Amino acid sequence: MIETGHFALVLAFALALVQMLVPLFGARTGNQKMMAVGSPVAVTGFALTALSFAALATAYASSDFSVASVWENSHSLQPLIYKITGTWGNHEGSMLLWVLILTFFGALVAAFGSNLPATLRANVLAVQGAIGATFFLFILTTSNPFTRLNPAPIEGRDLNPILQDLGLAIHPPLLYLGYVGFSICFSFSVAALIEGRIDASWARWVRPWTLVAWMFLTGGIAMGSYWAYYELGWGGFWFWDPVENASFMPWLAGTALLHSAIVMEKRSALKIWTLLLAILTFSLSLLGTFLVRSGVLTSVHAFATDPTRGVFILCILTLFIGGSLALFALRASRLTPGGLFHPVSREGALVLNNLFLTTAAATVLIGTLYPLVVEAFSADKISVGAPFFNLTFGPLMVPLLVVVPFGPLLAWKRGDLLAVAQRLMAAFAAALLAVLVTALFINGASVFAALGVGLAFWLICGALTDLAIKSGLGTAAPGVVIRRFAGLPRSVLGTALAHLGLGLTTLGIVGTLCFGTEKILSMRAGETVELSGHTLRFEGLYPAQGPNYAEARGRFALLGADGSTTGEITSAKRSYPVRQMTTTESGIKTIGFSQLYLSLGDEGTDGSVVVRLWWKPLVTLIWGGGLVMMAGAAMSLLDRRLRVGAPSRRKPAGTVPSASLP
Amino acid sequence: MTRFSLASLVLLLTLVFAGAAFAVRPDEVLVDPALEARARALSEGLRCMVCQNQSIDESDADLARDLRIVVRQRLVAGDTDQQVMDYIVSRYGEFVLLKPRFSLRNALLWGTPVLLLFAGGIFIVLNARSRRSTASDALTAEEQAALDAILHRD
Repeated sequence: MIETGHFALVLAFALALVQMLVPLFGARTGNQKMMAVGSPVAVTGFALTALSFAALATAYASSDFSVASVWENSHSLQPLIYKITGTWGNHEGSMLLWVLILTFFGALVAAFGSNLPATLRANVLAVQGAIGATFFLFILTTSNPFTRLNPAPIEGRDLNPILQDLGLAIHPPLLYLGYVGFSICFSFSVAALIEGRIDASWARWVRPWTLVAWMFLTGGIAMGSYWAYYELGWGGFWFWDPVENASFMPWLAGTALLHSAIVMEKRSALKIWTLLLAILTFSLSLLGTFLVRSGVLTSVHAFATDPTRGVFILCILTLFIGGSLALFALRASRLTPGGLFHPVSREGALVLNNLFLTTAAATVLIGTLYPLVVEAFSADKISVGAPFFNLTFGPLMVPLLVVVPFGPLLAWKRGDLLAVAQRLMAAFAAALLAVLVTALFINGASVFAALGVGLAFWLICGALTDLAIKSGLGTAAPGVVIRRFAGLPRSVLGTALAHLGLGLTTLGIVGTLCFGTEKILSMRAGETVELSGHTLRFEGLYPAQGPNYAEARGRFALLGADGSTTGEITSAKRSYPVRQMTTTESGIKTIGFSQLYLSLGDEGTDGSVVVRLWWKPLVTLIWGGGLVMMAGAAMSLLDRRLRVGAPSRRKPAGTVPSASLP
Repeated sequence: MTRFSLASLVLLLTLVFAGAAFAVRPDEVLVDPALEARARALSEGLRCMVCQNQSIDESDADLARDLRIVVRQRLVAGDTDQQVMDYIVSRYGEFVLLKPRFSLRNALLWGTPVLLLFAGGIFIVLNARSRRSTASDALTAEEQAALDAILHRD
């Protein structure tokens, strides 16, 4: 089984080479047969990669320690779910997941791309094949997950305890679906540059792919943030860690792409910029893979000690980013710029959005790479951490968030700012009210905190205003309003939902950062502690045995006003004997949108234990907002216009769908 | 047991079992809440030297604890925030600062966001202007020829 998987992987590499070369050559020479090779090869390549992945997953599930990667990252006593998720909880396996998703997307283009112009499809699949081929080669030469051990060890070394969590089942697959999803946008862009033209069907194809990738990336980042929040045990939800930044940069660029693709689809403007943005977004995904996978993040010098993987990915990076940008420089002038628009218009607002988002992405990029640059060119080392990003990224986001509600209400081509401002009066009043209420009635609220709450309400009410106006609230009869609301294009609902989600996330961040409270103390069984109106009684520490760990479980009773128990919070310190690691399992009690967060520290001999307790107001909205954003993207995908294949079904056979405008 | 002796017991225990530990511990906390708040704020800007991208406020490493105690000692001794930071940088180097200083070497780091925003803004304005001035309603000769070809096809 293992060797079948290994063989399938090699075969998938060979097929990726075919997928890269044959359709590309066919498209150049106009050879229909060669162009048609792309689709079946892409589908077969996916099937083989899936087989290979299944073989590795089976090895993990059955604890086959003759496979080096399984031996290093698994243990026979691990629960089955963590045995399976351990497949991608390591370098080799996660790279295999990466190519699995890459070939999956390639297969989707092959399966649903029948309404694409033949040359465009051939070129897209060729570029997709090229990315696949390099990564297959990378896996086979530097990170082979199927390396065997002889004799096979009796027992494995266990998965890193921090990864033994449900988060590992969800976070990396979502994140990779996002990262790799942008490869389709990249392939379409490079294909358009190879062909030297970009038409309506291009934009109609790229937008849904961007939406899909963005949706998954949003989910992946939100999930990762929540995972870090409860797993690391000190209650932070975002650390500006280089690994986080690596996923955040493509998200920022992808968000910009999502918006500029709308302009391109609807108004056929910003073509060249959209194309460049698609290239940059996937380049940032590749860069993220490089940063995380090469070991360069710990130190430039750590990178130099074992450079094979890092240098290989660096070559891939140079090849694809350099190559596509060079192609862009050569060919972009051939593409015709699109329609004109007045600065005050929906297009203008989206350009502003792109300016701020790309600047923000560049800020995160330079903040992440600057320490490496300084270390490489001088003897010094500097750190760039959260305070830097808060000081630069924050001010960039605030003006962007302020203009968000204006965007969807402005007309295309030439908008009326005054009219839109009038329509937003209600939202503005609500935001102002939120500021005043916060400043006057909440103890210890700073001016910034009040304004932050106001900004969040501005976003939320702005999104609702958009829906209210578009369904005619206040001007039409209630029955008509409901009918109109139900008949709104799904993409309008999607936009409003996504912006609403952004507002909710903002509210969660402001609430947690500005109104959160914290207590650090030493407690003994029976003692109580009070924080922001919540009283907890420490019931004591109880030992417990897990499948592959031992833990000391601290039980806390949440007391009501009359002293009766209304709930329980359990926090634990786990020790994993195989890796000799200790983890903190935080105890969390969700109350409304807020959470009580508790984690345990050192034990004393007298039964006392150090307890760190936080009250985190509205904290769940941070990730809840992310889910709402995802729902917005999903809603947008359901839009009739974007349903892949929908137009071809409506048209009689024989017409070329790409020739018709949406 | 009084608060003090409890704290000293915890301190003793941590000295004995200097292994798995915790971020800020109860015994470190200063009595004066204003001073403690300043200590926490400063700690968030200081890097734990042996961790990856963790501030000393978040880290449970022993070195981070030492640094937290140093910060508090300096504050108790009457240093201003700036003096505390200078003192720590003089001992550990600029690497310890999570927010790099505004210096010539870091000009590119701090300047990029501002520069990019302005350059982008100017580019957009100039581009919009030139596009508007070059664009005209009249068709070019090429477009006219193409249009004629289409119109006369039937």
